[in-house]
Amino acid sequence: MATQLGFYFDQTRCNGCKACQVACKDKHDLPVGVTWRRVAEHGGGSWQSDGDTFSPSVFATYMSTACNHCERPVCAEVCPTTAMHQRDDGVVAVDDDLCVGCRYCEWACPYSAPQYNAELGSMTKCDLCTDYREEGLEPACVAGCPSRALDWGPIDELRERYGDVDAIEPLPDPAITEPRLVITPHRDAQMTGSGTGTIKNPLEV
Amino acid sequence: MTAISDHPTSSDASPGGISRRSFLKWSAVAGGGVALVSGTRQLGLLPGAGLSASAQEEASGVETIWSSCNVNCGSRCPLRMQVADGRVVRVLPDNTGDDALGSQQVRACVRGLSYRQRLYSPDRIKTPMRRVGERGSGDWEEISWEEAYDEIADSMKRIIEEYGNEALYLNYGTGTLGGTITSSWPPISTPFSRLFSLAGGYLNHYADYSTAQIQGAVQYHYGGWIGSNSLDDAKNANLVVMFGNNPFETRMSGGGEIYVSQQTREQAKVKTIIIDPRYSDTAMGLGDEWVALRPGTDSALVAGMAHVMITEDLVDQEFLDRCCQGYDDEHLPDGVPAGSSYKAYILGDGPDGEAKTPEWAAPITGVPAGTITRLAREIATTKPVLINQGWGPQRHVNGENQARAIFTLCALTGNVGIPGGGTGEREGSYGLPLANPFVIDNPVEASIPVFAWTDAVEKGPEMTATNAGVRGVDRLEVPIKFILNYASNALVNQHGDINRTIELLKDDSKCEMIVNVENRMTVSARYADIVLPDTTNAEQMDLASQGSAGNMGYAILASQVIEPLYDCRTVYEMCTELAKRLDIEEEFTEGRTQEEWIRHILDASREDIPDLPSFEDFKEMGIWREPNPPEVGYVPLQDFREDPEEHPLPTPSGRIEIFSSELWEMAETWELPEGQRITALPEHLSMQESAEVARSDDTYPLQCIAHHVKQRTHSTYGHIPWLEEAHPHVAWIHPWDAEERGIANDEKMYVFNDRGRIRVSARVTNRIAPGTVSVPHGAWYEPDEQGVDVGGSPNTLTSWLQSPIHKGNAQHTMLVQVERA
Repeated sequence: MATQLGFYFDQTRCNGCKACQVACKDKHDLPVGVTWRRVAEHGGGSWQSDGDTFSPSVFATYMSTACNHCERPVCAEVCPTTAMHQRDDGVVAVDDDLCVGCRYCEWACPYSAPQYNAELGSMTKCDLCTDYREEGLEPACVAGCPSRALDWGPIDELRERYGDVDAIEPLPDPAITEPRLVITPHRDAQMTGSGTGTIKNPLEV
Repeated sequence: MTAISDHPTSSDASPGGISRRSFLKWSAVAGGGVALVSGTRQLGLLPGAGLSASAQEEASGVETIWSSCNVNCGSRCPLRMQVADGRVVRVLPDNTGDDALGSQQVRACVRGLSYRQRLYSPDRIKTPMRRVGERGSGDWEEISWEEAYDEIADSMKRIIEEYGNEALYLNYGTGTLGGTITSSWPPISTPFSRLFSLAGGYLNHYADYSTAQIQGAVQYHYGGWIGSNSLDDAKNANLVVMFGNNPFETRMSGGGEIYVSQQTREQAKVKTIIIDPRYSDTAMGLGDEWVALRPGTDSALVAGMAHVMITEDLVDQEFLDRCCQGYDDEHLPDGVPAGSSYKAYILGDGPDGEAKTPEWAAPITGVPAGTITRLAREIATTKPVLINQGWGPQRHVNGENQARAIFTLCALTGNVGIPGGGTGEREGSYGLPLANPFVIDNPVEASIPVFAWTDAVEKGPEMTATNAGVRGVDRLEVPIKFILNYASNALVNQHGDINRTIELLKDDSKCEMIVNVENRMTVSARYADIVLPDTTNAEQMDLASQGSAGNMGYAILASQVIEPLYDCRTVYEMCTELAKRLDIEEEFTEGRTQEEWIRHILDASREDIPDLPSFEDFKEMGIWREPNPPEVGYVPLQDFREDPEEHPLPTPSGRIEIFSSELWEMAETWELPEGQRITALPEHLSMQESAEVARSDDTYPLQCIAHHVKQRTHSTYGHIPWLEEAHPHVAWIHPWDAEERGIANDEKMYVFNDRGRIRVSARVTNRIAPGTVSVPHGAWYEPDEQGVDVGGSPNTLTSWLQSPIHKGNAQHTMLVQVERA
């Protein structure tokens, strides 16, 4: 099997600016509503008050996510036309000629990675900027992150370098799709399934 | 490659697509359904991508040209614009430099990366226009450039003839910042300043909407602007304390202060305390502890901490004795009565007789007394402590004292003038000493506080040195009669009390001519008499000086990427044409084109920066860096600290004036509005619409501030679809305050007071202190038929209230009520 590619995200560096999201949109000419990389804000905690004073005990983190080019791409599994497929390098991609825009992949993916483009009438998604990579360039989101919070590469190498954490709230249980994603968690990150917070910007993701 | 369209995101996205997608699926809430999907591995065997991007681009004639993002965020970023068939098809970040501080890649933030949508915005002004209805009616007629130039030049001549040059005003505006020929700020460096100065001059202003109060504060405290230690100097600290300083949201360039502070923290791992009404992204990403306080009460917090430090003998007495005036009664200037020192004020031995104990400060600030005591001990016993402030704490009616209180904390703890310490100002950074021979002096001496221009329109000749902070003359001769508003939204949107400002502008017997030079139809442009369509910096060449980037200096040679769109023209051409009609063309241009001026400026700069590349090389390089000597951060006042006799400050005493002799005198001589005070000491002042007032005001019980937000730089980049999608306009409200009013996250609410009412989505979040609402700064005012601002501009709620000393814009001082919409 060829090298399998994935993403790395350093949550400690993310300020939620979404340069990654807009770099992706500029690169791929994506309209509003079709957003291959998104950033969720997860947070919670509480406050105490005593007379005229107050004390916070709160937390918040950002999570930038595109397609995780999963080991088990459920999007491809449910695709009735085989338009959604996984390449040798692990990149999950859409064959425009085969896609009928039924959006079943969109429903299946727990990361909301495949997105319907109404103008095209078909599904679209992150392909890890295949054309850029062929030229030796970084994917647009990686090159565009002001804080250098993103990286990409063979998942084995990413795991060797950065560890194997991939179950951070508000991400779903990685057992569902086995994402090729490695995260360096923020000090306030919570493990998926044991989180006490909520998504604070639900309309943005 | 996807087909290129003019407005790649202007089409309405599938609403179904948005509603079906939900992050709920991400977490366990809806995971059950997803988990049912069977998990057979399926590896695709279909062919990969086709022709590579560069191969396609070569085939289609794509060229990559250096440009830049020149807005007022404090950073400045190069942009690599890819052009095909005369259109910008992609905007790429810097790909030079590296990740090391001192040579860092200056990656543009989310806004710069959206530049294409700003360039091709449907809001672009396409041709000169003249208003035909009343000001602000929105009725325009298109006119030719010749007609526009003639009318503006005639108007200038008439107004100079009738009222004198003091009636001409260049309004504050920072929409085009950092360039040299195109610069809209500082006022003296704009091409219009050169033009107006050659035509006899114009009424000056001093300070700016960002820093008016802290500029007033430094003047009396340190004798002028010195900055604080650069953020990379945190590596030499053992504790960092930041008051209302938020580089993670306000300095987002990937070469700027967010990157500098992140990298420094990763390397040095110094504990950082963030003091702010909001759990800002800086608190999240840089802070170890968040101290939440009520807006405008930093000076009370400092006083409470000072009480602990003084009573527990934790102050740096040696530094205070040697370098400061007025810490204690033994170091007051002659003729000032005992009990006038800061120590007396804190201990209750001053005129108010009240000890500023932590228990005194707690109900004012909201910070528990125990927390104040703990912080005081930690800050006083750790050495050194890097202390700085952003510009939120000073943007209050008591802003000068807020800023000075934080400076004083640095003196009490002896952290001024040492590596790892700070002055309590905002961080300094290294900059290239670029020359600018394009700039000439304004022969008019009269100058008004930047925020007082509406007063000068309304009642100029009533304004004096002691009642309005007029400088250069004792009293204004005439009101403002002609406003040139270049790259500025401060004519309406960014000024205080939009509704009142509009009423003033509608009366064209007051200000008789308003010319707006702008590339998009901003809120301010709506109220002009003549609008001139400006080119963006993608449509012209300029040399951009750097933004704040820690220890690195750099400049950007931004080339012209495309021809001017529509009938837009450069400001240089506009000014040249106006100069022709004012018979000063030769003096204005000195025979140079815009490019020739840039070459001239580069040549002139080589005197101080000998390594500056040639024009041709620079054009290729785009960005040129020069780090300060490696490992040396910016540490101001080292020489002063070592020998204050030899290196005195430009204050009356030559010392740090905790007790300011000049303010002592001004407190006696200046006429102030009711309820305002000037104090020689950085006392905590509760004045109009303060935190203390809010707690006893049943009608408007909430404080409202306006944090700077990622969608826009002030109002620049407003209504850019990708940015509105990424960072929707949401006002922050604490869950307790929201619950009391029945407001849920993302629901619409009204925020209002006697001055106006806005409708805005709620971000119910515990990242803001209770009792405080924050409406993001810079949203574009958009009144509906009932006069409700559905654009949600915080300046619909702010006032013309000015601070007592520097007459600064108190735009974080306002009380409001909130209700469900």
